[in-house]
Amino acid sequence: MRNRTFTALVFVSAFALIGATLLVKNEFYFQAAYTVLQFVVLATAWNILGGYTGYVNFGTAAFFAIGAYSTVVLYNAFKAPLPLSILAGTIVAGLAGLGVGYLTLRLRGVFFAIATLALSVVLYTFVVNWDYVGGARGAYVLAPREVPFGFSRYTHLLYAAMVLMAATALAVARAVETSKLGRGLAAIRDDELAAEASGVPTLRLKLVSTTLSGALMGMAGTTFPCYLSFVEPSSAFSLNYAVNSIAMPLIGGMMSWLGPLIGALLLGIVQQVVQVSVRSEWNLLIVGALLVVFVTLAPNGIMGWVSAWRRKRI
Amino acid sequence: MEAASIELFVNAIVAGLLLGGFYAAVSVGISISFGMLDVVNIAHPAFIILGSYIAYTVNARFGFDPILTSVVLSPLFFALGLLLYRIYYLCFEKRGQESLRGLAFFFGVLFITEVTLVLIFGVDYVQARTAYTDATERIAGIDFPLRLVVPFFVSLAMVIGLQFFLTRTFFGRAVLAVAQDQLALRLMGVDPVRVKGLAFALSIATAGVAGALLIVILPVQPSIGREYIGLVFAVCVLGGMGSIWGTLVGALVLGTAESFTATFFGPSWAPAVSFGLLLATLAFRPAGLFGR
Amino acid sequence: MKFRSMLAAALGAIAFSTTVAAQQPLKIGFGMSLTGALAGNGKAALIAMEQWRDDVNAKGGILGRKVEYVYYDDQTQPASVPALYTKLMDVDKVDIVVSGYGTAVIAPAIPVMMQRNMCFMTLFGLNPNGKFNYDKYFQIMPAGPQPGVGWTQSFFDVAMAMNPKPKTVAIVGADAEYPHNALDGARVHIKKHGLKIVYDKTYPPNTVDYAPIVRAIQATNPDLVYVASYPPDTAGMIRAANEVGLKTRMFGGGMVGLQYASLRTQLGPLLNGVVNYEMYAPEVSKKFPFLEKIIGKYQERAVKEGVDPLGYYLPPYAYAMMEVLGQAITATKGTDQAKLAEYIHKTTFDTVVGKVAFAKNGEWASSRVLMVQFGGIKGNSLDEWKGPGRITVLGPSEYKTGNVRAPFQDNRK
Repeated sequence: MRNRTFTALVFVSAFALIGATLLVKNEFYFQAAYTVLQFVVLATAWNILGGYTGYVNFGTAAFFAIGAYSTVVLYNAFKAPLPLSILAGTIVAGLAGLGVGYLTLRLRGVFFAIATLALSVVLYTFVVNWDYVGGARGAYVLAPREVPFGFSRYTHLLYAAMVLMAATALAVARAVETSKLGRGLAAIRDDELAAEASGVPTLRLKLVSTTLSGALMGMAGTTFPCYLSFVEPSSAFSLNYAVNSIAMPLIGGMMSWLGPLIGALLLGIVQQVVQVSVRSEWNLLIVGALLVVFVTLAPNGIMGWVSAWRRKRI
Repeated sequence: MEAASIELFVNAIVAGLLLGGFYAAVSVGISISFGMLDVVNIAHPAFIILGSYIAYTVNARFGFDPILTSVVLSPLFFALGLLLYRIYYLCFEKRGQESLRGLAFFFGVLFITEVTLVLIFGVDYVQARTAYTDATERIAGIDFPLRLVVPFFVSLAMVIGLQFFLTRTFFGRAVLAVAQDQLALRLMGVDPVRVKGLAFALSIATAGVAGALLIVILPVQPSIGREYIGLVFAVCVLGGMGSIWGTLVGALVLGTAESFTATFFGPSWAPAVSFGLLLATLAFRPAGLFGR
Repeated sequence: MKFRSMLAAALGAIAFSTTVAAQQPLKIGFGMSLTGALAGNGKAALIAMEQWRDDVNAKGGILGRKVEYVYYDDQTQPASVPALYTKLMDVDKVDIVVSGYGTAVIAPAIPVMMQRNMCFMTLFGLNPNGKFNYDKYFQIMPAGPQPGVGWTQSFFDVAMAMNPKPKTVAIVGADAEYPHNALDGARVHIKKHGLKIVYDKTYPPNTVDYAPIVRAIQATNPDLVYVASYPPDTAGMIRAANEVGLKTRMFGGGMVGLQYASLRTQLGPLLNGVVNYEMYAPEVSKKFPFLEKIIGKYQERAVKEGVDPLGYYLPPYAYAMMEVLGQAITATKGTDQAKLAEYIHKTTFDTVVGKVAFAKNGEWASSRVLMVQFGGIKGNSLDEWKGPGRITVLGPSEYKTGNVRAPFQDNRK
């Protein structure tokens, strides 16, 4: 399938999903879907760097928080409308991603991973001490009185925004994967020195990869303050984002855009369902146990499972 | 400098070293599992908290010293480590899986350990009581709080012991070799899986002891382990992957940096200083201070 | 399962319109932290709330309806809160909602309530409604109409009554939402009294050694040290003050954790001289006549579940929160949210924590944060704390049992 066709298909399905707001009354499903789709974006974004290029990013939460706090800054400055916040947060996080890209010049493997973790801590400290965005006491971002774009509820608007973001992330990931860029990234993943030697412009490709990945993660964070109305550093930098964005592609499969999508849907939905059906400490225990079971049962992710099964049939 | 600020300065150094000693105990296990064996055990801090609770329970019931208890009970942790590695090996390493999958696995283990602690011990803050908990020695205007001094020396003993064990014994050298050349090890008639299992078990055993040190220093509740995840990896990488001396030096450097930031600038910036230091080290010496 | 619960809800709606309404249980929904950093408070609150439910049901329920709880674990993750509350209202069809513990999980729930015009009783958030100004929001924490200011008032009232008057103050707290807000409140009083701030810093909550901080404070020689902290750092600061030999006239103020048995017994004699806020003290039990009834039962269950075995801090207020709602539902003869809010606004309630009336913004009409000083503690046993004798109530004046003993270090000889 050509990328243009794929993109068109993805966005048509996205609009169909948004159309559901007209039919389904119950808002809980949209809020749960919002959270799951947010993980689709994060997992897909992580996979562009982690899966395609082979650089493990521990700092998803930092990019997510950059997006969230750009929204807070713009809200405090002039109550910016949502589309502008999304755009701005995406750009800022993309620039941060570009900066991280230069780290790959010197740092590989675990050292790169730890460096992203360290960046995340440094950024966290910076936000905690930045009074304009509320510092440690947190910041309030109130929903506008009138819901724009003809939606009846603010939740619907945020859900629609997240659906479009997920569609964008998937379209970008698939485009990267099937392009010359994607083949270059795969060469870097397999053997960076060999790629360099055979004339692949490794640094430039890596910079594109970190920028795209960072921008998409930041994008997912831009609506976070609107969704919660209240952001504080510890919730924006939650460990959950870093770990889920790694675990989901792992469980789904890291070789194609479909893997993170499946992983995020599966793990995200399981987390949502378990939390509202098991009313005690056991809910966290079940999430932990399922995580262990999933990674052990599907060693190459669910996609790896599928392709192994296909091979057998042939 | 006036006398008062000299005193402040020396106290900051002493407090930083004491703190660093504790950080070394918390991180040395990661230095073995992550640094030498390439097992990303993100659940290590959760096992530290498990160690804290076990030491606490024995201390509260029978009044035994928590640190002594943890040393006596370290075979238990060793066994737990053996078991955990066995599972990890069968599910991941045997199939040639890279350590990244292990990360998700250990994150699940972290959740499971945390909730198990909640279910068994409840969620209240607990802390062990010993004769040295509230005692402080003051020598020439410098404070030596025993609740930090005792863990400092225990940690030092543990780290030195590990270093000697790893460099002077056959098994220890085998562990170091596992990180470098598994094939050579096989040719020498040593099973690398067995060696890795024992080394991993050793790392979990240090978590048990570190947990006892923690509960002497601070009150603990089940989810507090997450606070230490960043720290343990930072110490391990700062000093140089898989170097025990490096871990000790890295821990002391971070402890001192934290203490100085807290004394002279603002404690709020301490994490930025510590992790900024880590970033700077990575930028100029990507393999860490003592890296090969 | 989902179909069945939806069916049940639909049937419930039909039943409500007929006369069988009395048979339907009264469903109250909430999210509570049962795991994560605030689980200790969440579980303690849950025990007290269940106690209220059992007490009410033993007497035949409210308006003849049995009270039933629907609750979920928010894992101390604010991000999970909006979905949990939407589920409670849209899927579980609860009649009433109340909040979980703490500002971080209350604030994200308020917009959800505003959208559906739900009456919202909340449990111990420091002014989460400040920005929303929602007229159906109520807060059971007795911090008064200006929470940050009311929270810190007694500390500075007591301090300024000392002779000679203090001139300098150091303020310090953890980098989290509560301590920062408390320090903001403290700054209001400091400005009003013309005190000079000589130290004003915060620290990360996962700090291990607090001695460098206390030494830096000591280097500025403040007359007063106001601390706003969470349990682990409360213990750390008090130990550090002991180890460094802190010399100041008053030390403490906004330390969370000293209300619980665990920190009190762990710190023991180190607490002598510390000044701190409290919600209740056995020394003034005569002013809280109903309280002892629920504390006894709470303590039995708390020991079993591994939560705070004293329960003087949060549980009575969690119980009182439910009492206020229960009385309002009985009086308005139903769960019409607007009527409930209106009734709660205009009524003074009789509860286990005494008389409760609400200000226009939903906070308590007047502040009732006790400022106390610890003293005469000899050991680390829980028995020290079971009766009166270790606590002097310094203010507000109607609860006062004694004067502050200053300077701080003289209490420790």
